[in-house]
Amino acid sequence: MSLPRGWEMVIGLEVHTELLTKTKLFCGCANDFGAEPNTNVCPICLGLPGSLPVINREAVELAMRIGLALNCRIQDSTFHRKNYFYPDMPKDYQISQYDVPINAEGYLDLPDGYRVRIERAHMEEDTGKTTHLGTSGRIHGAERSLVDYNRSGVPLVEIVSGPDMRTSAQARAYVAELRAILVAVGASDGRMEEGSMRVDANVSVRQSGEPFGTRCEIKNVNSLRSLVRAIEYEALRQIEVLEEGGSIRQETRHWDEDRGETSTLRSKEQAEDYRYFLEPDLVPLAPSAQWREHVAAHLPALPAALRRQLSELVGEVTDAQADTIATVVDLSLHDYVLAAVAAGVPVTLALSRAANEVASQIDQRSQLSTEAFIDTIRRENEGEISATQSKDVLLTVLVTGATPAQIIADKGYVQMASDDLAGIIDGIIAANPDDWSRFVEGDPKVVQFFIGQVMKATKGQANGKTVTEILNAKRG
Amino acid sequence: MSADLTRDDVIKVAALARLRLTDAEVDLFRDQLAAVLGHADDLASLGTDKVAPTAHPFALANVLREDVIRPSVDRDIVLAAAPDAQDGRFGVPRIVGEAP
Repeated sequence: MSLPRGWEMVIGLEVHTELLTKTKLFCGCANDFGAEPNTNVCPICLGLPGSLPVINREAVELAMRIGLALNCRIQDSTFHRKNYFYPDMPKDYQISQYDVPINAEGYLDLPDGYRVRIERAHMEEDTGKTTHLGTSGRIHGAERSLVDYNRSGVPLVEIVSGPDMRTSAQARAYVAELRAILVAVGASDGRMEEGSMRVDANVSVRQSGEPFGTRCEIKNVNSLRSLVRAIEYEALRQIEVLEEGGSIRQETRHWDEDRGETSTLRSKEQAEDYRYFLEPDLVPLAPSAQWREHVAAHLPALPAALRRQLSELVGEVTDAQADTIATVVDLSLHDYVLAAVAAGVPVTLALSRAANEVASQIDQRSQLSTEAFIDTIRRENEGEISATQSKDVLLTVLVTGATPAQIIADKGYVQMASDDLAGIIDGIIAANPDDWSRFVEGDPKVVQFFIGQVMKATKGQANGKTVTEILNAKRG
Repeated sequence: MSADLTRDDVIKVAALARLRLTDAEVDLFRDQLAAVLGHADDLASLGTDKVAPTAHPFALANVLREDVIRPSVDRDIVLAAAPDAQDGRFGVPRIVGEAP
């Protein structure tokens, strides 16, 4: 979307991600999404007097992986108390990193090469979950609220970008790439809809070349699509206010997905006073050089490198193939493809099946072993089953967990023999004489028509390559 | 700086801590807080250019635990300590304002 009359957006993003640890940041309660309310709580995460926090080593390790993947400087760091009164934090403060975060001053390169600065990626604890009782389900008009502290104390890393993005498309690309990185390094499951990854967008507008305008922070953005909609709505709202001679108030705004608009949540006129001070119950974090080097040495391949690797296997990459590769990497399906290539299956076929059939049942991916993936597309590649059958086998494995051999036997999937095919093709040629003459005259587009007709007649049991060979042979 | 601590400063700090003070208490705590800040001013007058900032009085770093689940507290015991509970959750009065 382009903005009217010389206006430009300035976007900075704050992304919170829950870390994939077994336990919480400061206590041994399980970090378990979806458990019965208040079953993963203890004196530490309930903030009872006399309890003392102890930092989870794995959370530090995952935070360092994130920092390394975002090209940050990993440094000795401290924790502060952020004091505020709100029932989602039973201690009345949140333990967070403040002036000295574990990761500082990195950057993330978008797939098109545009560089977004990362100001910091710091550790903090998540808050509890409030449910508002009343008609609206939102806080306004609620009569009372209920609190579940299972999420209280779950480790988070907050990644703060520079105000470097200028379009909603860049913001979307940033979050997509960041999510792929967080998933690749094993720090996050990247699920925005479930709230394990949350995005707040700082948006302002200015005339190109002018200093930054006053920004508003937008909350409650739960998908990439909402992010784009919310940013575009907010930028146009600010432009309208400014063009009518008004001014923008710095404030926090709530994105309403159903109405497609943002509204004031909380004015920042009274600057928050969180009275940050060093958490006296925690000593500083100072990862040894040896530990940092160990984490760096074991960092998995990052999305950009995986895309490069897959592109090199393809060779000349079309735009459509670039999209396919991006999908495969975003969904972490590259292991299937790389294993299939290593087993001798063409990379384009493996990419296509991963980005379409496997991606369509991504939540079921644990049902599909790498071996079953390879087995299925190798049979397709060798002509034992058709493309249509191969797709169905993959989908059936994903849904049922059965083996490809079992599914092929159950469904009677076999390629039709060439002799049987030739007879069917003769019938189709006889029924479509005009198309056949165009084919004989060398029109390459007609071949798809014939393959389509043969597939229809054989209910997908023909091999496209074999059909083409027979057609060419008949042309003489 | 401490001598400049005003009654308004005390009222602001009390409001941040959700404390309601009487006029007499405001005066009492102004004097006490001024004494504490006066002590900090004494420390500020020392030459500390060559002293590294201290984040904690103990000369320790990296007190960490392994990522191993330990038993949580039974929910009935947890909620028995709550003034109000419903559906396994803590009940709280109507919340004014949004989370930070």
